[in-house]
Order: sequence, then C-alpha cells, then structure tokens
Amino acid sequence: MPDKIAEVIDLKKTYFLGGVAVEALRGITLAFNEGDFAAIMGPSGSGKSTLLNLLGCLDRPTSGSYYLGGQDVSQFSDDELSDIRSKKLGFIFQSYNLIQQLSVLENIEVPLVYQGASPAECKERSTKLAEQVGLGGRLKHRPAELSGGEQQRVAIARAIVNDSLIILADEPTGNLDSATGAEILLLLSRLNEQGKTILMVTHDEKVAAHARSVVRLNDGWLVDGGTKAE
Amino acid sequence: MIPFRVTTTIKVGLKSLMLHKMRSILTALGVIFGVCSVIAMLSIGEGAGWEAQQQLKLLGRDNIIIKSIKPPEEEVANVERGRLINYGLTYKDAERIATTIPAVKVVVPMKRMDKDVYFGARRVTSQIVGTVPWYPDIANFHVARGHFLTFTDMARKNNVCALGEGIAKKLFTYMDPLGRAVKVGPDYYRVVGVMEQRATLKKGSADDLNLDIYIPLTTARERYSDINVRITSGTFQVERVELRQITVTVNDVKNVPTTAKIIRQLLKRFHKKVDYEIVVPLDLLHQAQKTKRIFSVVLGSIAAISLLVGGIGIMNIMLASVTERTREIGIRRALGAKRKDIILQFLVETVVLSAGGGVLGLIFGVVIPLLVTLFADMRTIITLWSLILAFGISVAIGVIFGLYPASRAANMDPIEALRHE
Repeated sequence: MPDKIAEVIDLKKTYFLGGVAVEALRGITLAFNEGDFAAIMGPSGSGKSTLLNLLGCLDRPTSGSYYLGGQDVSQFSDDELSDIRSKKLGFIFQSYNLIQQLSVLENIEVPLVYQGASPAECKERSTKLAEQVGLGGRLKHRPAELSGGEQQRVAIARAIVNDSLIILADEPTGNLDSATGAEILLLLSRLNEQGKTILMVTHDEKVAAHARSVVRLNDGWLVDGGTKAE
Repeated sequence: MIPFRVTTTIKVGLKSLMLHKMRSILTALGVIFGVCSVIAMLSIGEGAGWEAQQQLKLLGRDNIIIKSIKPPEEEVANVERGRLINYGLTYKDAERIATTIPAVKVVVPMKRMDKDVYFGARRVTSQIVGTVPWYPDIANFHVARGHFLTFTDMARKNNVCALGEGIAKKLFTYMDPLGRAVKVGPDYYRVVGVMEQRATLKKGSADDLNLDIYIPLTTARERYSDINVRITSGTFQVERVELRQITVTVNDVKNVPTTAKIIRQLLKRFHKKVDYEIVVPLDLLHQAQKTKRIFSVVLGSIAAISLLVGGIGIMNIMLASVTERTREIGIRRALGAKRKDIILQFLVETVVLSAGGGVLGLIFGVVIPLLVTLFADMRTIITLWSLILAFGISVAIGVIFGLYPASRAANMDPIEALRHE
C-alpha cells in the first residue's frame, strides 16, 4: 500500500475582496500518494491555483485540514510553514522566478540556506544537482545569460536540492516553446520515475498527458479524479 | 558561530547596496552631513566656551574687580588743554571695603601711570603699577627671579621695582637686571625682581602687560601724587585718579554675589558720579556657561534635524527598493525564508548605509574642526562623547528608519508578491 504523502480533508478557502466573500475552494477532499505524478486541471477561477498554494503551504485554509507527510499543517504558524517550505517542498513556476542577482549555483542553494545547512553542504549538493540537470558548466552564470529552458532547469534543480517530499509545478512549460517544453516534461517524468512526487497545475491537455493521473476542479469543487480519501 | 543563513542574508543585503553604489552614496549623504555637523559644531562650541572660561578663571572666580572709569560727561567737556579731571576710586574706598565688609578676604589696590622707563640709553614706554606686596597671589602672577615688593618696602616707601618680563628684556637684554636701577622721570628704582611671562593678546602694543613695572603703592602715591598726564592723538589730558583698580577677593565663592551688592551700595553712597565699574568674573562665568549651553542646544538641534532628514531619506529609498524587489521577496518566502530573514536582509542595508555614513561623517566631523583651528585660529575641542553620540545616533537612525520598510517587506503575502510584475 503506497504511502499517502499529502491529504486534504474538506479543505475550504474564502477570500474577501472589498467586502465581498469569494469561495475559491468549497470543500475539497483529496489524497496523493508517494510517487504520484498528478496534473491539476480546470478553467480559470476553478480554484486550481488556490489549491496549489495551499498544498505548497504558501497560504492557510479557511477551514479543513491538510496532512503533509503525516503532519497536520493547516494551523501551523508562519515560521513553521516557512520551515516546511524550505525542507519539504519544491516550487517550479511558469516564469521560472530565479533571483536575478544570484548565480546559477547561488539560486539552487537558496532553500538549503534557509533550511540552515552548512556552507559546505550547500555548495556540494547544489553543484551535484546543477550537473544532474545538465548545467554543471554554467554555475557562475546569471539567469539573464540563460535561455528559458535552461532557467527552468535551474528552477527544477532548486526544487529538489532539499530532498523535497513534493514538487509543486505551476504551468512549468507555459513560457517555453513546444520543443523546450517537451524537454522539461521529460526531465520531470524522469524525476518521477526516480520516486519524486509531482503535482502540476496546467490548462493544457497535451501537457497533462505527461502526468500519470489527472485531478479536475470546477468552481471550487472537485469534479474528477484523484485518489479518494478513505 | 553565526549561522550560515544569517551571514548569507547579510551578504545579500551588502550585495544589494553595492549594486547601486551611486544611489547608496546619495542616500547616505544625509547621515554623513548630519553626523559631521553634530561633531564639528559641538567642537567649535566647546572650543569657544573653553577660551572664555579660561580667561575668566584667570581673573578669579572669587574675585570682584572694581575699575575707575572716566565719567562720560567729562569726555565732551575736556576739549581745552590742561583741564584737570578728578575721578575714580579713592584710598578711602579701598579702606572702607577692607574694613567694613566681613566677607572680604583680601583687597589689592592699584595705581597705574603712563611713564617712560630708562636704563642707560635705552627707553621703553611703560605703565607704572603701584600696588601691594600680596598682588602676585591675587593675580596668580609671580616673580620668575628675585622677589616681589615687600612689606618693608611698603612701610618705608622704598624706591624698588619688579620688572615685567618684556620690559626687562628690552632694557637689559642679556644682562641680569637684579640689583641694577632703572630711571623714571627724576627717580631711580632698584630692581628687586623680574616677573614671569604673562599670556597677553596685545603683544608689543602699549597695553602689553609684560611691559609693566611694579612699585610699592605708598611710593607711587608719594612720588606722583595721583596726577597722571595722558597723551593721546594730539591733545593731552591731566587727570587725578587715586586708584585705577581695586581687586577684592571674597572668602568664599558663595558670598560673591552679596559682597558685590554691598560694594555697589557702598560706592554709590560715596561717589557723586558713576566713575567706576564693577566686574564680577563669577557672573561672567555663569553667563558664558549659559551661552555655551544655549549654543550647544541650538547647534545640536540643527544637526539633529539634519540627521532626521537623513533618516527619512534612507527610509524613502528603502521603501522604493522593497517595492522594486517584491518578486524576489515572494520567491525567497516561497523557498523557506521566514519573516525575520527578510527583515534582516533589508535592515542590513539601512544599518550599513547609516553606519557607513556615520563613519564618513565622523571623519569629516573631526577634520573640519582641525581645519578651522588651522585657518581661522580658533580653538576647537573634539570630545569623545560627541563622537560616540553622533555615531550611536546614526546607527540608531538606520535601525529605526529601516524597520518600517523591512517589516513591510516581511509582511507581504508571498502569493501576492509572486504575482507582482
């Protein structure tokens, strides 16, 4: 029986925009197993980005619970959530989101630094991962000197440098051409084969096809897919 | 050991400052100017105050100095040659002050006359000061060689004198004056002592105190019977003045104000016109101290305001910098940065800016008073506490004016921040 790595129970999120309450998630119950590669799909306003943010501990639910690696993190403090993010999660964004003033190596290191690792460890692991994604020779380059595909590969290295439980990807190929996009998706598939759990938000069916399961949301409700909680 | 995450965050802050060198320098200018002006102004103020206080200390805190002054009405009337004017302090005044006021410890009466002094062929225009044997103690001005006038000299009205350092040098050059005689008018005075050098602002001029010669008061009274001829620019004036000055030492500083009042009343009773002036060094000292305090407060306030402006400048730039880097803040938060990491990152920038500005301001603040002393010949005193105060305030400004932008950065919602341009 595979381990449940992330589980949400009746998760709700309500925003208040100028006095009006907007229910982004109306009660999602869902579980992911270790080694899953799931695509989270839905039209705009379906709540998929909100779900990803909650799964990534960037935000707290209005009600409901979220178990990550067995821990209930739904009521964690800001500092505790920051710790979880640096130690257990990895992010990949559509616009790469690398820090422009830092080199490739320094960018990959960031989660480790905030985790509290030693300088030697940071350097060693970051170098290894840069090589793993094929950028071993560009360690001192700045993001501005890299192509889109190369920047996304740095982002991927950064997302796994801390041995994260889950990689959360938000439209990872959105800013890339189809050829480069395919390369990235191939890299993600390879990581998944090595045992990494990947949750990917996308609106593109072709991209979703690279995942191994699909979760569909509409208007804040879960309408299809996902391993149902017991 | 400082954790790696802290040193890295500090390095990030420093790197950011280095990226915009021009901007950093311009931002720090306010603090540089503020710190520099605090130190420079305070040291100029301290210097000015010290000079004044030293002058007054020489006069003596527990002294009251009464001088004869020519009453103003006479000045206009005395156009004709040879008119005799009678004014000023009298021997009786000195006696009354010495005997009737209990708080008075010592009274030193003095006569002064303009005379030429001769030795052989050499001549020096000098002032003869007729005074008492205890004058050196009051004036804190002693003989360098030989001895001053004695009680016997006073009693016997001896023709002896003590020479000022300047006049001794001019008349005797390398010869020993002691035992020799100088000539004033038809009289000879045996030199019994040579005074030490006295600091004076009017070196070489007719008012140079080192050109004075001291004889017993009794001798002066007998020889010159209070008549003095003053030659000034074309005309000459003949005046009768018994005493030019009376210096009174009070037994305790506490009693100075009341004693001054009593003396004032005493003189008023016995003088028809205001032909005297009472100088109370203690009052002047208090005045000088008060002035210095006000001076320091005003200058300090101006400098403090400029430091404040500098701090606001820093805060302004930091707010803009935080907005510029909203995306980066969001990314760092997403990767695990806690709020305090973000605060540290931006606080490092402001503290380095203000402390760096403080150090530069310190350097300029020390150099400028030195230049002022060199070129304007004014004494300046750089105190350690002003340096510590100014630097401490500059660091505090960095922290205070940096906290607001830093906390704004730290409290940003990471999701909103990531969405930012």
